[in-house]
Amino acid sequence: MTTTPRTRVIAATVVLAALVAFPWVFTNAFYQRMGAELLLAAIGASAWNIVGGYAGQVSVGHAMFFGTGAYAPLLVYTHWQWVPVAGIPLGIIVSLAIAVVIGLPSFRLRGHYFSMATIAAAELIRIVVSNWPFVGAAIGMMGPPVPRTWLDLSFRSSVPYYYIFLAVLTGLLWLTFLLERGRSGYYCRAIKSGERAARSLGVPVQHYKLYALLLSAAFTSLAGSLYALMVGFVDPESGFGILASVEMIITAALGGVGTLSGPLLGAVILVPLKTATNSLFGGGGSGLTYILYGGIILVLARFAPGGLLELWQRLTATRRRSAAKAPYAA
Amino acid sequence: MTILQVVISGLLLGAVYALFSAGLTLIWGMMDVINFAHGEFVMVGMYVAFLIVTWAHGGPLVFGPAAAILLFLMGVGVYFSLIRQVIRGPMIAQILSTFGLALLLRYLAFWLFTANFKTLPESLIPGTLDIGGIYIGMPQLVAGVAALILTVAMHLMLTRTAIGSQLLAVAEDRQAAMLMGIRPDRMQAFAWGLSAAGAGIAGALIATFYYIVPTVGESLALTAFVVVALGGFGSVPGALIAGLIIGVIQSLSAYVFGPVYKDVAVYALFVVILWVRPQGLLGRA
Repeated sequence: MTTTPRTRVIAATVVLAALVAFPWVFTNAFYQRMGAELLLAAIGASAWNIVGGYAGQVSVGHAMFFGTGAYAPLLVYTHWQWVPVAGIPLGIIVSLAIAVVIGLPSFRLRGHYFSMATIAAAELIRIVVSNWPFVGAAIGMMGPPVPRTWLDLSFRSSVPYYYIFLAVLTGLLWLTFLLERGRSGYYCRAIKSGERAARSLGVPVQHYKLYALLLSAAFTSLAGSLYALMVGFVDPESGFGILASVEMIITAALGGVGTLSGPLLGAVILVPLKTATNSLFGGGGSGLTYILYGGIILVLARFAPGGLLELWQRLTATRRRSAAKAPYAA
Repeated sequence: MTILQVVISGLLLGAVYALFSAGLTLIWGMMDVINFAHGEFVMVGMYVAFLIVTWAHGGPLVFGPAAAILLFLMGVGVYFSLIRQVIRGPMIAQILSTFGLALLLRYLAFWLFTANFKTLPESLIPGTLDIGGIYIGMPQLVAGVAALILTVAMHLMLTRTAIGSQLLAVAEDRQAAMLMGIRPDRMQAFAWGLSAAGAGIAGALIATFYYIVPTVGESLALTAFVVVALGGFGSVPGALIAGLIIGVIQSLSAYVFGPVYKDVAVYALFVVILWVRPQGLLGRA
């Protein structure tokens, strides 16, 4: 890192202050809603980033955790009239179990195998959920139509959701920061840059890949639950569809995979972009949005696999180098 | 009797799976890359067939070769413009590049052709074969037999011809192949062309009896992943056997549990393979 710890602390404080102030500056309900969606996208992408970015295991089926998390609160409400929040731990437990079943065998294999396994598992769950009446089959599930108590966390305004999401995102990034600095951060970086070398140096590779996946799955599930609480509705496509995975991947990849601030940066760019294209092209615009997404992912992978953060560092580094060269030239 | 009919139709569909999975496994074996856009290549082949039938009234003998040539060029183009660069980059770039390509192709097709299901007229390859009470549709029969012949031909080309040996030499050891005067770049581009052409013909073949829709590539790609995992990475004969097995499992589970579960059985098998025999049937550990 080229930045010193102090500038990082200052930058983080400024960003946090800006995020806290956002709903007071933009009092329009439309922007507040967009702000909440932005934070949610950042939570999902940051959760994906733990295993996809830091540990370098590219999951393309994270929708299986997101959907599980989204369904759990609405499921406990529909069948037992519990407060939806009580479903959050259930979603996390189920997500962790799925992560173990998929992760444990595929981490012994070569890199692309994990990607294939995750996409197949997500589709498998999506089809089963689409045909299972207990979870609402193809129609999906609803939350409480009107809040019974404040514990239902069903608000008309987006602002309460905004601050809940902000708290979760801050906690997640703080945790990621601690892990990044600790031993697990070194292990993950070692695994990412060379698995065989890492293993020969005594890094327990399988364990740390699995730890990263479990942590990632738990937070992705939480992101799904928060989504369901805000939207109050989930169907197989919005929960388990491949596009739910795509959102997390592109958000993290645009900002910078394996960096703390990359997913948030990606969300800051993508969510307004998506809102704009959707309102510009109407309902049928989602197709065009995903053409754009495909193009962005493609171009990023080809020209800037490290995302915008790395691109920026590369550009400033060349400028600094040419600036340093200048005296000799003169 | 019904069971026999189900098995035969599964084998015929399985042969088509084998054809497009053979290309996927070839690329994996050669370059350690999984092409997430492979299902979209099949989808493009289907739309090529659809456009040629609706605009030019061409038959299978026109749209089959047309899809092969077009997709071959597309495969070579994708190699030179995308794969050649990302192959030297981090693994995430390799995975995301073809994943992004898949999204781009899928939603371009969505935009151009809408989400409506399209089918080709049955009169294209008319008739049903009746062998002692077992009915086999001619489109399925033609597609299955053609796919079988093409997959075997691909295997023979890889093992019996000079260009096949050069291809496998690059797969075995890029450096050594270069010292022998083989240009790895050309060989890898050829492999991508071949792989895409196989997917294109497979798409054109199943277009005669399958629904044509922009999102069809996703489930076909996943089927190909399972075929490749079962057959062993890099093995064309493995893909052939596994393709036939998957075809039969799919049509049997559709028959026993209902059509919506045909993919569930196949994807569940993938998870089982992962646990029990990750190197595949014919693969080395």
